[in-house]
Amino acid sequence: METILSIKPLIAVLVSICVVPLLVLSKKANVREGWTFAAAIVKLLLVLSMLPVILKGNQIVYTLAEVVPGVAIRFRVDALGMLFACVAASLWIITSAYSIGYMRGLDEHSQTRYYVFFALALSATIGVAFSANLLTLYLFYEMLSLATYPLVTHHQDKEARTSGRKYLTYILGTSIGLVLPAMMVCYHLTGTLEFASQGFLAGACNRGLAAVLLVFFIFGFAKAGIMPFHGWLPAAMVAPTPVSALLHAVAVVKVGVFSIVRIITGVFGTELLSEFNLGVVICTIASVTIIVASLIALSQDNLKRMLAFSTIGQLSYIILGVGLLSPKGITGGMLHIAMHAFGKITLFFCAGAIFVATGKRNISEMVGIGRRMPWTMGAFFVGSLSIIGLPPTGGFLSKWYLVLGTLEANQMTFLFVLLSSSLLNAAYFMPVVYRAFFPPPEKAMFENKIQEAPLFCVGPPVITAFISVALFFYPEPFFRLASMAVRFIGGN
Amino acid sequence: MMEHYPAFIVIVPFLFAFVVSGVAWIKKELCFPLTLVGLGLSAWFSVCLLRQVATTGVLKYRMGGWETPWGIGYHVDYLNGLVVTVVTVLAFINLIATRKNVTEETPEKEGAFYSLYLLFIVGLTGILLTGDLFNLYVLLEVASLTSYALIGMGSGRAPMSALNYLFVGTVGGCFYLLGVGYLYIMTGSLNMADVATLLPKLYNSNAIVMAFIFCMVGASIKMAFFPLHMWLPNAYGFAPTAAGSLIAPLMTKVMVYVLIRLILTVFSVDFAFVVMKMGDPMVWMSSLAIVAGAVFALSQKNLKRMFCYIIVSEIGYMMGGAWLGNNAGMTGAILHILNDAIMTLCLFLCAGSIYYRTHGLELDRLKGLFLKMPVTMACFVASALSIIGVPPTCGFFSKWYLISGGLQAGQYGFVAALLFSSLVNVVLFFRVIEISYYGDFETHHGHGSSPAVVMESPASMLVPLLIVSIGLVVVGLYTGSIVNHLIAPILMQHGF
Amino acid sequence: MSDLIVAVLGKYNYWLCIVLMMIGLYAMIAKKNLIKKLVGMNIFQTSIILFYVSIGCKKGATIPILEHRADHSVLVDAAHYINPLPHVLMLTAIVVSVSTFGVALALAIKIYRKHKTLEEDEILMQLRSE
Repeated sequence: METILSIKPLIAVLVSICVVPLLVLSKKANVREGWTFAAAIVKLLLVLSMLPVILKGNQIVYTLAEVVPGVAIRFRVDALGMLFACVAASLWIITSAYSIGYMRGLDEHSQTRYYVFFALALSATIGVAFSANLLTLYLFYEMLSLATYPLVTHHQDKEARTSGRKYLTYILGTSIGLVLPAMMVCYHLTGTLEFASQGFLAGACNRGLAAVLLVFFIFGFAKAGIMPFHGWLPAAMVAPTPVSALLHAVAVVKVGVFSIVRIITGVFGTELLSEFNLGVVICTIASVTIIVASLIALSQDNLKRMLAFSTIGQLSYIILGVGLLSPKGITGGMLHIAMHAFGKITLFFCAGAIFVATGKRNISEMVGIGRRMPWTMGAFFVGSLSIIGLPPTGGFLSKWYLVLGTLEANQMTFLFVLLSSSLLNAAYFMPVVYRAFFPPPEKAMFENKIQEAPLFCVGPPVITAFISVALFFYPEPFFRLASMAVRFIGGN
Repeated sequence: MMEHYPAFIVIVPFLFAFVVSGVAWIKKELCFPLTLVGLGLSAWFSVCLLRQVATTGVLKYRMGGWETPWGIGYHVDYLNGLVVTVVTVLAFINLIATRKNVTEETPEKEGAFYSLYLLFIVGLTGILLTGDLFNLYVLLEVASLTSYALIGMGSGRAPMSALNYLFVGTVGGCFYLLGVGYLYIMTGSLNMADVATLLPKLYNSNAIVMAFIFCMVGASIKMAFFPLHMWLPNAYGFAPTAAGSLIAPLMTKVMVYVLIRLILTVFSVDFAFVVMKMGDPMVWMSSLAIVAGAVFALSQKNLKRMFCYIIVSEIGYMMGGAWLGNNAGMTGAILHILNDAIMTLCLFLCAGSIYYRTHGLELDRLKGLFLKMPVTMACFVASALSIIGVPPTCGFFSKWYLISGGLQAGQYGFVAALLFSSLVNVVLFFRVIEISYYGDFETHHGHGSSPAVVMESPASMLVPLLIVSIGLVVVGLYTGSIVNHLIAPILMQHGF
Repeated sequence: MSDLIVAVLGKYNYWLCIVLMMIGLYAMIAKKNLIKKLVGMNIFQTSIILFYVSIGCKKGATIPILEHRADHSVLVDAAHYINPLPHVLMLTAIVVSVSTFGVALALAIKIYRKHKTLEEDEILMQLRSE
């Protein structure tokens, strides 16, 4: 496995930062949107251009500056990072298209600020994906927290203010209060923070300290929505739907989960964790979140809040998978990063389209809406299949590997958790779809004529729903990247 | 010419100060340009001096050609080379940025103001460059007197606060003088390097112990180390804008330098840590200072006073780092002198810019400022992030070294205080950011384009502010080089 | 007992310095009139000047001005004169003290012009009611 030196990772991160002045100075809205698309396409092309190198089994490294002895701000593109970057970069283009439809459809204020901070948030996301060590990861993690604050509080009303406060308290409070000390202790113990294939903490600490550090990290990366630090996610649903869609289904939450996966694989290493029997701790924490989140989702009437709790549960699937410490489990977890992203973003897009077209936010008001918005609800149906984990959607593949992972690791409890939560997922998704398409005639709330949301709002969910199905039949390159990452962790 | 840099750095502003106060009688418009030239020359010479020290090593300059220890010697190594560059460059930037504030707040007294400005820099640079203990006292008093006068030039509560500061500051200076007196009695010398060679045989004497304590207390009063900080919030809070943003970032940090210089060079590390055994109690006191500063800042309703209590907290960082007694801690303290000067200047310049437009710094008067003054608030956010400690701003890296040093020394209370302070800073700054972000959309969901009028400060304020804000990130990214080339050699020299 | 007497009487200069310092500090803290505080500060500074000057004295030595003998030669013998260095240092310190006093008086004048009083409690009351 070669390590290639290339400035591409840095440029991929900087593309959206550099486009910010252009966005600010654009006089016309179409020019501004044009620049956003241009940046998104350039970013995706840069990321994809590095893909062949990674698929051959090599890595790309670029060091920016050595800031403290032994730690530099460094980018390393490996299989896991590439997986996440592909998901994020491709979905940004689709979300930008959706944003245009949504923001213009509602005549939102401060659209330039919106696009600027979106670009910065994506920059930070790619930065996290390509981080070579814990310091760089922390840097971009914080950058993401700050860049998403104006997006979450976009509406600038009272609700936005309280939600913004909650967002910052949970996310900055945990990262400064838990991650920073844990990171400093790791540096103190080993003098380095570079992610290594078998973790850099190997041999440097005893079981108790490792357990404490692990707990600090897992709860510290609150973006992963692990309970009890999940409160920010439902609160962040006050944001405009494209924000909820990309950031809270894909970018922000996946950054949290990705960071935890990096901690488990690159800081601690699967060997250290199985030696200290800490995998069970991770899986238990994740399982609690999965079950509780699925139960809460059942009781929600607001569609976006239900999707938020569903996201919280699904994120913990990823952590559960990696916590199993078995190759199939880790593959399943990493694959789920991609599958869940495409599935969940479809669902959020649909929720936003429904709001733009009818102004409705609650599930109870959406009886019979399938007759009026068939394309939207069709995409919703496919998206929910993916989240539940049924063929022919990509979500089935990742769930399949997760189940195989629990069997491989001989953890029957977690198999039970996975299966029961799938049932719960079906329990809260299927009624929505059923009632939308097959309402009892006297309860139908909409006339039968088809009146969809604008094209820019309907097109993206249909595209991502289609991709979800396509991923079932052809899960490349995500599957290959996940397998490569697992082999690398196993000590290639 | 080149050998005389240490003298020029101090004397050029000194001469210009007299020229400026004379010219003020004749042609007022010339005052600012003359000050600019004088300070600019001093800043330029500081940079050249630093480069010289980097290439040729420690510089010893004899004033008037008299050999030490009979004459006064200026002793320039990496530590004071670095700090003197920071002081002169930041004073220069502040001069340009607060020009409009000076014409607005103290119009008839411009000549006096600028000549005092120059004399203040004379005092500070003298403190930094000198190698003589008594000379340090003289220049300390020069700096202090000019700062009392600069602060007293303001209106409202400023004269009373300046008088209070005068009383406390004089006591501090006199304690330092008393300490120097004890040292003189025991060693017969006033030259720092000379005293350092003579002291090791005298470690057991009570007089040396008292000397150390008096010098320390004097320096602590001047640097506003909790609980000797009572003068700071009033003095810096009520000072005229330009004076506040000149004195606040610089004076206290120079006093931290004095303390570090006393520990490293004069009394030697052995004495401070092994003989006096002051490491642990001082770190506890610093942790207390950090927490107290943070808690007091939370209760403030005025932006500038909030900044003043943050300064008290930051002094706790530096003192704690210096007294940790290991390489990482001392590196963190010295790095924080540099970083905190830049961060504090950025904060005070933001406050000055806001004050210029709104004439009020009460927190509830900052509503909707993000729309009216976007550039100023963007720089405010940058300095807020630096004080909170978010990478890649410089504040994160000095915190890194301080936490690292704390972990190495087993001072977990100090580490906890640092983390607590970061979290409190998040609350402090996001409270301000929230107030200024949510202007008129409080109760309704705004649609359409925003109606606010952008009323930014003039470019002479914004450009320096932007330079300093960008400097926060640049200095952060260059931390590695700064530590390796400038700070590590000093510490190696002194056995850290 | 004799040790104590020696300690007190033998080091009377230090004791005097401490007494003056305490008087000065007391005046600065306890007095309400600004001018009295200023005078206290001056006394405080004077005590330190006294301290320095007193440490230069030697038994049987004279002031440090070169003595001319009858044959126009100069007696240059360090043991004959008291140490001039503290005197020189204190000249500077006296200048500093005078300047501090001057600045403080200027500030007091400014305060008087505004508040028409020099009593600290009245000034604070006026400031609080603003």
